[in-house]
Amino acid sequence: MVPLSATRLPSIDVVLVGFGWTGAIMGQELTDEGLSVLALERGPWRSTPERFPPTFAQDELRFYYRHELFQRPAHETLTIRNKPSETALPMRVLGSFLPGTGVGGAGVHWNGQTWRFLPSDFKARSHNAERYGAAAIPPAMTIQDYPLTYDELEPHYDRFEYLCGIAGKAGNLNGTIQPGGNPFEGPRSREYPTPPMPQGYAPTLFAQGAERLGYKPFPQPSGNMSQAYTNPLGVQLGPCTFCGFCEKFGCGNYSKASPQTTILPVLLRKPNFELRTESEVLTINVDRSAKRATGVTYVDAEGREFEQPAELVVLCAYALHNVRLLLLSGIGAPYDPVSGTGVVGKNYAYQVFSTVDVFFDDKILNPFIGAGAHGMVVDEFNGDNFDHSGLGFIGGGYISVLQTGARPIQTHPTPEGTPNWGSAWKRAVAQNYLRSTFIPTHGAVMSYRSNYLDLDPTYRDVYGRPLLRMTFDFGENEHRMSDFLTDRAAEIATAMGATRITRNYRKGSWDVVPYQTTHNTGGAIIGDNPQDSMLNKYSQSWDVPNLFVMGASAFPQNAGYNPTGTVAALAYYAADAIRTQYLNSPGPLVPA
Amino acid sequence: MPEGPTHSTVPTPGTAVPGRVVAGSEPWQPGAAAPEIASSAGGYVFFKPAEAAFVEAAVARLIPADELGGGAIEADVPLFIDRQLNGDFGNATRWYMQGPWGEPTKTQGYQTRLTPAQFYRAAIQAIDAVSTRMHGQAFAALNGDRQDDFLRVLESGAIALDGVDGQAFFGLLLQNTIEGFFCDPVHGGNKDMIGWKLIGFPGARYEQRFFLKAFNQPFPLPPVGIAGRREWSR
Amino acid sequence: MRKGAVLAAAVLFLTVALVGRAVGQPKTIRALPPPNVSGARFSPQQVAAGRYLVILGDCMPCHTVTGGAAFAGGRPIPTPFGPLVSANITPDRETGLGGWSSDDFYRALHEGKSRKVGNLYPAFPYIHYTKVSRADVDAIYAYLQTIPAVTSDPKRDQLPFPYRIRQLMAVWNWLFFEPGAYDPDPNRSAEWNRGAYLVQGLGHCGDCHTPRNVLGGAERRKRFRGGAFPGWFAPDLTDNRSVGLGSWSDAELLEFFRTGRNVRTAATGEMGEVVAYSTSQMTDGDLRAIITYLRSLPASPEATVSLPGREAMAAGEAIYRDQCSACHRMDGSGVRRLFPPLAGNANLQQANPRTVARLVLVGAQTMPTDPRPTAFTMPAYAWKLSDRQIADVLTYARNSWGNRAAAVSAEDVAKLRRQLKPRAAIAPVPRGSMLHPAPGTLAKPGTDSRDNGTAHAGRAAAPEADRNPRNTTGPPGNMDLPKHKPHRHEAQGPG
Repeated sequence: MVPLSATRLPSIDVVLVGFGWTGAIMGQELTDEGLSVLALERGPWRSTPERFPPTFAQDELRFYYRHELFQRPAHETLTIRNKPSETALPMRVLGSFLPGTGVGGAGVHWNGQTWRFLPSDFKARSHNAERYGAAAIPPAMTIQDYPLTYDELEPHYDRFEYLCGIAGKAGNLNGTIQPGGNPFEGPRSREYPTPPMPQGYAPTLFAQGAERLGYKPFPQPSGNMSQAYTNPLGVQLGPCTFCGFCEKFGCGNYSKASPQTTILPVLLRKPNFELRTESEVLTINVDRSAKRATGVTYVDAEGREFEQPAELVVLCAYALHNVRLLLLSGIGAPYDPVSGTGVVGKNYAYQVFSTVDVFFDDKILNPFIGAGAHGMVVDEFNGDNFDHSGLGFIGGGYISVLQTGARPIQTHPTPEGTPNWGSAWKRAVAQNYLRSTFIPTHGAVMSYRSNYLDLDPTYRDVYGRPLLRMTFDFGENEHRMSDFLTDRAAEIATAMGATRITRNYRKGSWDVVPYQTTHNTGGAIIGDNPQDSMLNKYSQSWDVPNLFVMGASAFPQNAGYNPTGTVAALAYYAADAIRTQYLNSPGPLVPA
Repeated sequence: MPEGPTHSTVPTPGTAVPGRVVAGSEPWQPGAAAPEIASSAGGYVFFKPAEAAFVEAAVARLIPADELGGGAIEADVPLFIDRQLNGDFGNATRWYMQGPWGEPTKTQGYQTRLTPAQFYRAAIQAIDAVSTRMHGQAFAALNGDRQDDFLRVLESGAIALDGVDGQAFFGLLLQNTIEGFFCDPVHGGNKDMIGWKLIGFPGARYEQRFFLKAFNQPFPLPPVGIAGRREWSR
Repeated sequence: MRKGAVLAAAVLFLTVALVGRAVGQPKTIRALPPPNVSGARFSPQQVAAGRYLVILGDCMPCHTVTGGAAFAGGRPIPTPFGPLVSANITPDRETGLGGWSSDDFYRALHEGKSRKVGNLYPAFPYIHYTKVSRADVDAIYAYLQTIPAVTSDPKRDQLPFPYRIRQLMAVWNWLFFEPGAYDPDPNRSAEWNRGAYLVQGLGHCGDCHTPRNVLGGAERRKRFRGGAFPGWFAPDLTDNRSVGLGSWSDAELLEFFRTGRNVRTAATGEMGEVVAYSTSQMTDGDLRAIITYLRSLPASPEATVSLPGREAMAAGEAIYRDQCSACHRMDGSGVRRLFPPLAGNANLQQANPRTVARLVLVGAQTMPTDPRPTAFTMPAYAWKLSDRQIADVLTYARNSWGNRAAAVSAEDVAKLRRQLKPRAAIAPVPRGSMLHPAPGTLAKPGTDSRDNGTAHAGRAAAPEADRNPRNTTGPPGNMDLPKHKPHRHEAQGPG
C-alpha cells in the first residue's frame, strides 16, 4: 500500500534499502552492470574528517557509552523476551547488541574480524546427523543446511577479502595445509591480500600457551591494515596504528576496512549512482498479484513521504530491520512458532560468549595498544573441528586473545574477591590494569523452534509502526558448549603462566544487558524450498522474484565466527547471479 | 544560432529534492568537524545544593583519595555527572521512553519511567530522607564509615527507598562515577588525567604501533586528552 | 590629482582582483559536455582540438557552479570588495557567447576585451591567454559554440563603486599587460617551446605561482617563485631543491599531474581542481613538455632563516607526536601516496606558511582522480589548537628531519583564522539535484569490480610496502539489575 500523500518519483532500475556493507557492495556491482542505482539510508552521511577524525574519535564516553554511532532506540527499537509466554518489553537502552545507523552502517564501527564459515557450517543439519546420528539434533532445534556449499561461496569470500585488504595467514591453500594459518579452515584459492597483523604481548603469550597444549594458534584475520593497501578498485587504506579505539568507534586514519574506505570513493563518482541519506524506507510496495515489488515508500528528514518505483528492490539493512520491513510490508508468510510454518522471522539466532580473565603479577601487557582484529586465535573447538561424541552438544566457537584496546571505563579488571568500589577496588584496578588480559570464547547459537522474530502487538516506533519483537533464549546446547569452551580457555590461561584466572561462565537466560555481540542472525533465511525458507540460494525472495534480501538475516543458524565475511560473500554471490542470470531473464532463479 | 544541440535552463537549486542527496564526491567542507566538549566553567548547572552535597559525599567514598592519589573529587566527577545529567544522557534523549511500562523479568533491562536526571533527583531525596530517619542527618553529614555502610546496604538492595529502586540507583551512580574518573577530560571529569595516570592509560593517542613489540616495558609517553596536555603550550 | 586618485583606486582594487580565486568551493568532478558537430560550421577535428584545449586551459572549474550546467558561469570569485562572477560561455544567444564571432572571442582572450561589457577583469587570465595562437583560440571557439546552450545570466557585476568601473582596467592594462602571442625560442627544443607555450599561455600557471608586486603586476624577475593569494600560497615551481621542484624526479612530476598524488604530496584545493580538470586529462606528450619547461626555470635563491626558538620546538614536538605522527609518522616520512611526507616537503617549507597553516586550521581534502579515487582528508584543527599551538607545530615541522624554514608566528595564524572563519559545527550535507561525476569511470575496462585482484591502471591488488616499521563494567542501561560482580562478558566487539 502506498500512502496517498506520498510523492511519486521517477522510476529507477534498482533501489537499495540501507547503505552499509551490503548496500555498498550491491551498489558497486549493479552500477558496474550499467544499472541506475539509488541507495536510501535512514541515517546521516558519515565521513572520517567530520564524524570520527583522529582529532576526537578516541572518546570512549561519547562513542561507546553514549552510543553516538549506533541506532537510537528513541527512533526505533525492538521488544524482547526469552520465551513466547512472556510479555515482550522494549529494549529502551541499547545493551546486548548495537545496530548501526548512517552511511556505512555497522561497517563503520565493526572490529574488522573477518572470517569464513567452515565447510561443515554450510551443512549444519546433514553433517551433524551423519556424524553423530539424527538423535544428536533435538526436535526443537530447527537447524537447516545452507542451499549452497563453501566451495560455491569461496570466490566471493575471496573478493571481499581482497576488497578490504584483509591481513592474515592462509591455513589451507587449495587443500594444502599451511603452517601458521588456521588448519581447520576450508580451502582458499589464494593467500590473504596482506600479511597478518603484528602481535602484541598478550596475544603472543596466548599463542605460546596454546602451543604448549598442542593447539595451532594463528593470527586473527583482520580488516585493520597490517600495511598500506590499494584494493582492486584503486581505493587506498593506510596502515593501522594500534590506537586502541576500533571496536564501536570509527577509524580516523583510513586503516580499517569499511564501505567508506573500500567502495564509496569509486561508487560515488559514478553517474548512475545516487545516495539519499536521512531517507527511511517505510514499506516495500508490491503489486496486486503480490508477486512483484513495485518499489519502496520512504520518508525524509522533513517528514515528507515519497514513493520510489524501481525494477529491482534489494534490502540491505541490518538483519533485524530487513525482517521487520518484510513483516511490515506483508511479504512472505510470517513464521508461526506453534505450527512451525511460515518463514518470515524464522530461525532467529545469536551467539554465546564467555570469558576467562587472566592476571599476571610480573608482566606489563600494555593492553591499550590495540586494534579491532589484533590477536591470536585457536580454532580447535569451533564447528565440527573436534569430536563431539558424548559432549551433549553440537557446534563450537573460537578461543582467542584479541587485544582491541583496553579503554578504561570499560576495562579495569580486578581479581575475584575485590570490592566493587572504595580504596581496595582502586588499588586492585591500579595494580592489574597493565598486567591483565582476558580470553573470550565466541560460540555459535543454533536455531530453535521458539526463537523467532515477529511484530510486537503493543509498542510502536516514531512513525507509529509496530516494533519488531524478539523471542530468544540460549538452549541447553549453547550452555554446554559455552561451558566447554570456557574450560578450554581456562586451560590455555593457565598454560600462559597466569598468576590468577577467573572463569566467567555464561549463566542463565539471555539478558538484554550487558553488551554481548552484534551478531544477530536469521529471520529471512536462505534454503532449498519456499516452505522452509524466505529466500533461495541467491538471496532472492521465493514469493517476489524482483526482491533480494542481503545480510545475516539469511543465516539458517549462527556459526562460531563473526558474520561479516559470510554476509559480504553472500552479497557478492547474489550480485553475481543478478548480473549473469537475473538481468538476462528476470524471474525466479531457482524453481520453487 | 550555432549547432547547439540541446537547450536547457539552469534548474533552480533546492527544488523538491527528496532526502539529502550524496553523489559525485564525498561531501566535505573546510573546517567541518563535530567535536563535543562539555563546558566545565562555572558551578553546578543541574544539581541543587543538597543534591551536590550528596553526590560529592558519595563519590568520595566510591573512589576515595588515598595513598595512591586523588579520587573522584579530585577528578571533578561531581561536575562531570552534573553536566551529563544536564544533557542528552540525563534527559534520555536517545532512549525509548514510550509506555506502557510493564513489569520486567530479570533479563529485560532498563524499564524505568524516570530519565537519569529524574532518577538522581528522586533517589537523592529518598536517600536523604532515609538517612535523616535513621541517623538524624542527611547522607553528606554522616561520617565516612557510616556513609560506607549506607552505600553497602544501598548496593545490596536491602534499603527500601520511597518510590525508587535504590539498588538500581547505586548501580547508575557507580557507573557514572567510573565514567567521570576515566573519561576524556573534555567531558569535565578525569581532571588532570588523574584516573589515567593511576592506571597507566596513555589516553587519546593515535600512534601506538611503535611500542607494540616492546614486551613487558612501561609505555614511555605521558597521557594526552583530546584537548591535549600541558606540554602543548609554552 | 583626479587622475592620481583614479589610478590609486584602480591599483588598490586590481591588486585584489588579480589574485581573486574561487576558494572554498569544492567541486564535483564532471565530464566536459559532448559537442554536437552535425552542422557544417566547424570540422569535427577542430571541435575535438578545441575540447582538448579547453582542458589545457582549465576553463571548466571557473565557468561552472557546483551542480550547475557546464560552462554556464555564475561561480563567484571572492574579493574583499565583493564577488566577481564568471560568465556564461555556452552558445546561448542572449546570455552566453551565442552572438559572438570568432574575432570577438579572440579579442577576449588576446586583449581582455569583451564584446558585451568591454574591459574584462584580469581574474579572467587574458594576460596569459594572450599568448595562445589564433588557430588554438579558434578551435576553443569551435568547441564552445557546439556544446549545449544554457540560458543563464548570472549577475556578474556585484562590485561596489568605484571598482565596478571596467574602464579602470585600461589604466592597469597600460601598466602591466603585454599583449602578444607566444614567440618560440629558436635556441630551445620543440618540446621546451611546447611546454613554455602551455605553461605561459593556456595553463596560466604564473597566475598563481608568480609573485605580484604591490601594484598587482607580475614580478617578472621572480617568475614561478610562488605567489600569495587569499587563504593560500602557491608554491615555488623553480629548480630550488627545498621549496621548488628541484628534488622531484620527472616521473614524480608526471605522476602528480596524472593522478594528483605522488610520494611527495597530494593535490588539494585549487591545485586539486587543476589536476582534476586539466593535467590529469592532458596527453603524456604535453605533460612531458610542461616538465621540460619547468625544469629549465632557474632555482630561486635560498632564503636565510634564523633558528627557531627552543620553546616553540618543544611545544611543537609534543603536539606533533600526539596529533600528527599517526599519519605523517614521527620521522616525517608519511605513508606513500596516502599521507604526504613532511620531511623534505616543499609546500611545508615555503617562505610564506599560509597554505600549511590553512591545512592545519580547516583541513583539506585530496582531489580524487580516476587512478586515485580516495579523497583523503586532513582533519580541521581550528576548534582544537590555539594560534600559538598551530604556529609551534608548524615551526617544528618546518625545522625537523632536515627541513629548514622560518618560524611561524601566532599572529600569522590568527590573521588567517580570522580570514577563513572556520566553524566547528558540522556542515550540513549539501543538497542539490543529482550531480554527474567522474569522467568515464563506468566505461573503463578494469574498473569493473569483478576484476578482483587484476591489474588496473598499474595498480594491482599487490600491497604497498609499509615504510615504517576485563573485568569490565556494564553500560549505563543496567540500572534495574546492577550486578554485584561487574560484567565480565562485554569485551567482545561486534566483529
